[in-house]
Amino acid sequence: MMPYSILTAFDIVLISTLLWLAWKMLRSEDLFKAVVLFISFGLLMALAWVRMRAPDVALAEAAIGAGLTGPLFLSALRRMERLHKDERRVNIDEERKSETIFHTQQKETP
Amino acid sequence: MITNLLYSFGGLMLFSMGLFALIACSHPLRKILAINVMATGVFLILIATAYRQIGTGEIDPVPQAMVLTGIVVSVSVTALALILACRVQETSNHSLIQRKKDDFTRTGT
Amino acid sequence: MRRYSTHNKRKRLNPVLLLVLLLTASLTILLGRAILTTDYQTERLGDDVAQFQKLSGVESPVTAVLLNFRGYDTLLEVMVLLMAVVGVWSLTQAPFPGKPIEPGPVQLAVVRLLTPLMVLFAFYLVWKGSSLAGGAFQGGAVLGGACVLMLVSELPWIKNIPSRHLRIGLLAGPFVFLGTAILCLILEGTFLAYPQGWAGSLLLLIETACAVSIGLTLACLFAGGRPKDDLSRGRKR
Repeated sequence: MMPYSILTAFDIVLISTLLWLAWKMLRSEDLFKAVVLFISFGLLMALAWVRMRAPDVALAEAAIGAGLTGPLFLSALRRMERLHKDERRVNIDEERKSETIFHTQQKETP
Repeated sequence: MITNLLYSFGGLMLFSMGLFALIACSHPLRKILAINVMATGVFLILIATAYRQIGTGEIDPVPQAMVLTGIVVSVSVTALALILACRVQETSNHSLIQRKKDDFTRTGT
Repeated sequence: MRRYSTHNKRKRLNPVLLLVLLLTASLTILLGRAILTTDYQTERLGDDVAQFQKLSGVESPVTAVLLNFRGYDTLLEVMVLLMAVVGVWSLTQAPFPGKPIEPGPVQLAVVRLLTPLMVLFAFYLVWKGSSLAGGAFQGGAVLGGACVLMLVSELPWIKNIPSRHLRIGLLAGPFVFLGTAILCLILEGTFLAYPQGWAGSLLLLIETACAVSIGLTLACLFAGGRPKDDLSRGRKR
């Protein structure tokens, strides 16, 4: 009976960690943090597959979930961030222009 | 029996968490993350059904093979979705994509 | 202006989000009831798999299901991967313009040591897939990981791989799989019904080709676009 209860305790800890990681991942403000949490989530999932006696799935998850999906998200994030920075710079320039126009107009009206 | 139920309900919670985040979040990258979490939940439920028959004999290999197929397909779907999201941002002019602020993370539900 | 409005939103609960939360919770309860009430003991395919295991030509039940009993699934899945690459290639061009990062000496040494080992391990996984855990997908994933490692460290030769070679590698798996299936149709009269005694070696051939294709597919998906020389060569001819 003893190993059964130990394994059940392990299951509970593993599942609650997985759920907590998923919650933190989906709710974290920083996307980079979310992606890193996703990679660790994938590694823990591989542990869960081993526990469910699915070594094939565990191998695939460890190689794909941690080794490929994570880098995919990171490169996409980098690509988006760069674009966003460029875009924001353009926006700031436009805002400044419109502000100066607005100010000059205000000065002119009285 | 309790192990199967634990993992099944864990998968179910992951699925609904992902579904909620998929609807509530606005950032495409977070939506894709949410879809991945949903997929993982479905896989967990399937593998738990394969594990359920441990009492009667060997573990059912059919759900395991299906999950293996599903993992590889979900990676390719993720890659395509990420490229599409990048293209959307490149072609759209207004900044619909923010890094920090999000509806879901902001309102605190 | 914007900042104030977000502060207001934080205080009151968004009704739409509340509705979504409610719907998701009810769906969860329904699905949980379905999990609790499903009878898993009566419907079971594992017995059939165990019964016909010897005919499949491999010892591992998962590999037998993947490539023999449910061969259609895997064939279509390989096609899905190919479609994903076609989609990515039609959207963007690969080396997306950015500042290249020079890899440090430690990174280069690690890549030099690790990549051959990863390739070896990938083919070991394919080889052992007939009896133990492993197979085309796992081997392909490890192969893809090795390719991603080389892509990340910006090795000069990896950018100059001609797209024709890449295309041949990408198509090897689907073509070998489809060719075997059609050969089976001619010889045995049924699509994907391997001839007696030949199943084991045919599965190994299919698995090797598929592992190479899957690895290349994953690497191409990571590279995120068609190779540089792809369109220009087409225009010249």
